[in-house]
Amino acid sequence: MTMDYRMYTRRRLFIGLSLFLALVVVSMLSLSLGEYHVSLGTIVDVLSGGGSPDDRLVVLGIRLPRIIAGILVGASMGVAGAVLQGYLRNPLATPFTMGVSHGAMFGASLAIILGAGYSLNSGQVFLSNPYAVVLFAFLGAISATLVILALARLRGLSPEAIVLAGVAMSSLFVALTTLVQYFADELQLSAMVYWSFGNLARATWREDGIMTAAFVLVFAYFLLRRWDLNASTLGDDVAKSVGVNIERERLIGTLLSAFITSVTVAFVGVIGFIGLIAPHSMRLTAGGDYRFLIPLSALAGALLLVSADLLARLILSPMNLPVGVITSFLGAPTFIYLLVRMEGRR
Amino acid sequence: MIETRGLRFSYNGREVLRGIDFKAKSGEFVAILGPNGAGKSTLVKCLSGILRCGGVRILGRPVEDYSQRELARTVAYVPQSAERSFMTVFDTVLLGRKPYMSLTPSRKDLETVEAVLKRLGIEHLALKRTNEISGGELQKVGIARALAQETEILIMDEPTNNLDLKSQLEVMRLAREFSEKGLSVVVMHDVNLALRFAGRFVFMKNGKIVADGGREILKPSLFREVYGVDVAIEEVRGVPLVVPL
Repeated sequence: MTMDYRMYTRRRLFIGLSLFLALVVVSMLSLSLGEYHVSLGTIVDVLSGGGSPDDRLVVLGIRLPRIIAGILVGASMGVAGAVLQGYLRNPLATPFTMGVSHGAMFGASLAIILGAGYSLNSGQVFLSNPYAVVLFAFLGAISATLVILALARLRGLSPEAIVLAGVAMSSLFVALTTLVQYFADELQLSAMVYWSFGNLARATWREDGIMTAAFVLVFAYFLLRRWDLNASTLGDDVAKSVGVNIERERLIGTLLSAFITSVTVAFVGVIGFIGLIAPHSMRLTAGGDYRFLIPLSALAGALLLVSADLLARLILSPMNLPVGVITSFLGAPTFIYLLVRMEGRR
Repeated sequence: MIETRGLRFSYNGREVLRGIDFKAKSGEFVAILGPNGAGKSTLVKCLSGILRCGGVRILGRPVEDYSQRELARTVAYVPQSAERSFMTVFDTVLLGRKPYMSLTPSRKDLETVEAVLKRLGIEHLALKRTNEISGGELQKVGIARALAQETEILIMDEPTNNLDLKSQLEVMRLAREFSEKGLSVVVMHDVNLALRFAGRFVFMKNGKIVADGGREILKPSLFREVYGVDVAIEEVRGVPLVVPL
């Protein structure tokens, strides 16, 4: 039996390897394809320090930071979703159900109306002070979770109550955003709407650096806590009886998930559903063991988002669709499928 | 081995345990009986350290002095209902080894899991996910996880619920076998099943222990007091049988 178990473990490693190879292939395609075509040979040239200035600009200045942002954002959302679903024991939990996206939207809208401002350039609206918007968006995103966790700590909220509190916080932020938008002028309003479209093109090397640091730290912590997460899925009593301080781990896990999501949302806007699709597709193919589920959800999230971004760039080329639209088209049916499955199990 | 003195516990302002004095030692199989709401589940959660109630001593030391890992190596607890998940049976039972693991399971951890699965006759389910197995099998997985903890004390809350007769008997035999070397404390509803296997009976009502002892305490008057039911007690093959009238 131990042999069979080793085989089973090897199969899960194989799934991880396949995802990794697929991610490399899609990333190479994404570097190559687009309005300005770059051949694979040229990509290799550029990556090894050669190539024409134009090729270097497109590959290293535009496409590569965007692809890396896609990998980081996708992986962050995949991991955050997997962890929240475990600690809150709710298959529909993602950082967005904790009010992160609506909090970010409110923060960004507030920054814009307070004068982070916008400028008009050849008919397009640009944010004139993007970092103020990023900071406000981050504070908005994390504040929803902080309020919920403070409540959970003070009043001992159950996982179900935490999820419901997230819904309530989201509604509150939607109302606040509407209020801000009501007082905004036309251009401010269009700047807010423009911000709300998730878009990986906003990320440069500097943002990639910050997101990498946040992701690596949080990812390492969750990997260390993989057995606690496994125990959590069996209920609080079992988790405690095998020696897990479940209340503390749930608070830390929820906070860290909200943190990496807030960092990514602040930089690239709201890109929905990755935190739902990535962990669930991995649970179905590789099982619910968090030793594998954490890295596999990261890989699946990265692959999904880089692929969705490639599609968003190519479908209506030369126009770029917001990648959030593509992920939502994938995500909404997945969400309904999960709901139906959950109902079916009752 | 396990002891409480004047144990009290309140939940949302309602006093659930009202002064429990209880003491049990290795080699005993204690059945905890009583009507719904008597406080049985709360008592065993206090005894196992799931609820930190104060006033509970295990192996002579107050529960508060134990680290969670230490406690998990001393007391194993099987809750009333088991949760299903996408984890395999093997990985679920492997969680019982968590109190002994650093970051990865050792060879001994894997071998212990294998042995426990065999002992419960569920080794063929090892690679099935727990959301694919039957209710009775799931209950056994929960018990297997507790046994993998290799503790001196095993506490189970209504482990025979939802089980067919054969599985009920298997679970009770396991609890009795466990009590040969350690202490088994089992919350039960089926009085006759308890009589068949356990050696000591603790009857609870309204957060208090109303009777505690061997078969000699079983009198129709006790059942009238605890359950408000008239019974006859007859002997079948040397075992008392409680027949409601």
